[in-house]
Amino acid sequence: MKNIRNFCIIAHIDHGKSTLADRMLQITNTISDRDLQEQTLDNMDIERERGITIKSHAIQMDYEQDGEQYILNLIDTPGHVDFSYEVSRSIAACDGALLIVDATQGIQAQTISNLYLAIGNDLEIIPVLNKMDLPSANPEEVKDQIEELIGCDREDILSASGKTGFGVESILEAVIDRIPAPKGNPKAPLRAMIFDSVYNSFRGIIAYYRVFDGEINKGDKVKFLNTGKEYSADEIGILKLKQEKRDSVKTGDVGYIISGIKEAKEVKVGDTITHIANPCEQMVQGFEDVKPMVFAGMYPVDTDEYEEMRDAMDKLQLNDASLTFEPESSMALGFGFRCGFLGMLHMEIVQERLEREFNMTVITTVPNVSYIATDKKGEILNVHNPSDLPDPSKLEFVEEPYINAQIITKSDFIGPVMSLCIEKRGILKNQVYLTTNRVEINFEMPLAEIVFDFYDRLKSVSKGYASFDYAPIGFKRSDLSKLDILLNGDQVDALSALIHKSNAYYFGKKICEKLKELIPRQQFDIAIQAAIGAKIISRETVKALRKDVTAKCYGGDISRKRKLLEKQKKGKKRMRQVGNVEVPQEAFLAVLKLND
Amino acid sequence: MAGIYIHIPFCKQACSYCDFYFTTHLLDKQDFLDALIKEIATRKTYLKSLPIETLYFGGGTPSQLSTKELQAVIKAVCIHFNVIENAEITVESNPDDLTEEYLQQLFNIGINRLSIGIQSFKNEDLELMNRAHNSQEAENCVALARKSGFKNISIDLIYGLPNATLEDWKTNVEKALQLDTEHISAYNLTIEKGTPLAHSVTKGRITIPSDHEVVLQHNLLIELLAKSGLEHYETSNFAKKSSRSKHNSSYWKGTHYLGVGPSAHSFNGSSRSWNISNTKKYVELIEKEKSHFETETLSLIDRINEFILTGLRTAEGIGLVHFESYFGKKALSNLLRESQESLSKGLLEKKQHRLIVTARGKVLLDGITSDLFFEK
Repeated sequence: MKNIRNFCIIAHIDHGKSTLADRMLQITNTISDRDLQEQTLDNMDIERERGITIKSHAIQMDYEQDGEQYILNLIDTPGHVDFSYEVSRSIAACDGALLIVDATQGIQAQTISNLYLAIGNDLEIIPVLNKMDLPSANPEEVKDQIEELIGCDREDILSASGKTGFGVESILEAVIDRIPAPKGNPKAPLRAMIFDSVYNSFRGIIAYYRVFDGEINKGDKVKFLNTGKEYSADEIGILKLKQEKRDSVKTGDVGYIISGIKEAKEVKVGDTITHIANPCEQMVQGFEDVKPMVFAGMYPVDTDEYEEMRDAMDKLQLNDASLTFEPESSMALGFGFRCGFLGMLHMEIVQERLEREFNMTVITTVPNVSYIATDKKGEILNVHNPSDLPDPSKLEFVEEPYINAQIITKSDFIGPVMSLCIEKRGILKNQVYLTTNRVEINFEMPLAEIVFDFYDRLKSVSKGYASFDYAPIGFKRSDLSKLDILLNGDQVDALSALIHKSNAYYFGKKICEKLKELIPRQQFDIAIQAAIGAKIISRETVKALRKDVTAKCYGGDISRKRKLLEKQKKGKKRMRQVGNVEVPQEAFLAVLKLND
Repeated sequence: MAGIYIHIPFCKQACSYCDFYFTTHLLDKQDFLDALIKEIATRKTYLKSLPIETLYFGGGTPSQLSTKELQAVIKAVCIHFNVIENAEITVESNPDDLTEEYLQQLFNIGINRLSIGIQSFKNEDLELMNRAHNSQEAENCVALARKSGFKNISIDLIYGLPNATLEDWKTNVEKALQLDTEHISAYNLTIEKGTPLAHSVTKGRITIPSDHEVVLQHNLLIELLAKSGLEHYETSNFAKKSSRSKHNSSYWKGTHYLGVGPSAHSFNGSSRSWNISNTKKYVELIEKEKSHFETETLSLIDRINEFILTGLRTAEGIGLVHFESYFGKKALSNLLRESQESLSKGLLEKKQHRLIVTARGKVLLDGITSDLFFEK
């Protein structure tokens, strides 16, 4: 046990975490140069393309130092706010963390919140300045930030370049020298924490865990404490580049278990594994049942594909237990699902994975948060879809989720960033200068405001120099109205939204204007209206199409013409009929793009 | 029967609206002609030994060639293909090229159909389009052609021109009708990407008439031409009785045709091919006997969709009896099902086993067509 080191990497997107991890795998001969792909640990295409980590991964490296053999378990964590619970569990499985900061960029908000998580879990932090090979590296200033933040000695900050490989060995040395060996009692009853799971179509759900006390042996009868389910450990082992079978995984180590689990929801991140016969007294602290924060309808583009979509959703859920869904139907979109996501990125990822892995094209409706409605009789209702909100006459009040938003930006952009947050109903809570020109601002804001085009605008008002993170802080009463959209008098249920009363008029006007851009002209005039209850608050008209004919059909070039019209047909097929109006799919997300 | 299209890519100057393939460099003319004649020889089997009933010189501006040059090309075609006697031989031309002498020579070498790119009789329009001729030449050329013996003349007109009012257009149509030609092609000006005209529109230097105004011009055109006995037999084409363009009709009728010269298209019933557009590369590839065209094999659905597309452009519409015999009962019932909406909206009508676009539907043809398309 004294030669085991469990560590994770904390870094902002693009700060070079995965490249640095690749270098460590190479130096420790965990992976041959031939097998090395960029971002080895990110094995989903979508992770590689976007340069992000969505799922946690773990990999064991062997490393010799001063004649001693060490086992280094690197637990790679997602870096996005949507997955902060997974991050917290991965951190809990470690004893130390590499804090990787891009020497050209400095510390970002996401890094700070994960860093606090790590410090809160008593992890030994090893700060590393990455991308030192770049001419624009600004190590002195970034070192100031790091010193300020974690109160370390300046000379303890390592320098590296994932690109050139510079400094990678000194990082491995620091992992061994500075990160403590795991503590734990090998003689105590088994106590292991699940930090991730993957789905394998032959083996079922495979859970990854870290053993805190005792050991797990092949064939053991085990129990997952939070779900209360019992299994037999059919196969256990450690996580090299591929899984390697072992007869036992001992205290302090990281491993996997295969026990014929079919349902992803049986394996909850943060759950404790113990023996049935001799259970541990206390489960591992910090378990939470993660709840979706953002909801949206997802519908098959082709209405006949509902069953196929259900199938795809089921399969997707096998390796994404945080995805929830239930059947839903919409007048405009037919049959589909109301899905719950951890956040906006999670939503995008689900949509993209449906398209890539299951070849399902879906229409996603405007996302919303979940509301708590209390009616006049005092009954409480969780509302995941604006159209489920009870009639205003029966409604006592509505509560919406609030967050604490943390934004780090350059001092030049404080003004515009603040205006944006205030426009988004934010209340300034705190403002701290991290260095002379970097400032951290804290706002209390409704989560719903983040869902509607917040990220893009934050990016544009700060010219890209702002990073953002948030944590939910519970529900608060709000003065919300349900805004409906009508096309030629027919309400489009999929476009209804709950909007704060102060914003409703502005919003109604903007969305009508946007829809006017998005709905193509048809053979008749189309009235687009925004309404609150029976009151119309805004109107636009899409004028009838008067002419739609290409005169020439040059020199027998029939192919080009045919292809043009085939494309037109395809576009039309993807549209949805609302009354007599054909509505393109983009229109269902119009609310998100009001400022484009 | 079959037809041959010959693309002559040369132009005196670039019309501001044109995105067809052309070049204003006449320098390599001889190289081009050599290549063209060589291509005619190499593709002699393309149309099997079908009798060639039409020959069509399009462009570019074929009247940029001397009659000697045209004659050489025709001769090459006659050597390698089975051209029938009295075949329709058309040459597209611009009024500024049509001198009395040139017309006489054209007629003498056997050109029996002349298509003249008049476009407009108004000098402002011609300048804006950067045409090489003026209104005087536009008005005189037909009479000169008649004098040389041409009995089958077509003129091109463009409507929806910048700044043109309905009244201006009416004057143009009336002038055209006074010339009493057998055939008129009238095109709606389309602002094609990358053309000088598109640039001027983007820059706000000129404004084009609204769709509403263009529809009024379109309807006026149909009305005035019908009164003068010209039948609207295809979206952009009008003809006196038995004066339809035989060659262009082959495009809508599914007749096989071979296209030679840069950017020319060919069709043999089961596939379509198109030559490389660039003249210089065309010449090089032909010289080196390398492949100079791309081919697309038509699937059943492609053929169905083309049948629909070309059928709806014509006065005869889609012949349902033919449709069924080519594509089967199931395809027919599918077509009829898809046509219900446009039929009920009065955009299509069913007459004597034909689906025909109504007067109201003519301006919405693209949407009506794509609605009927079969999906892959």
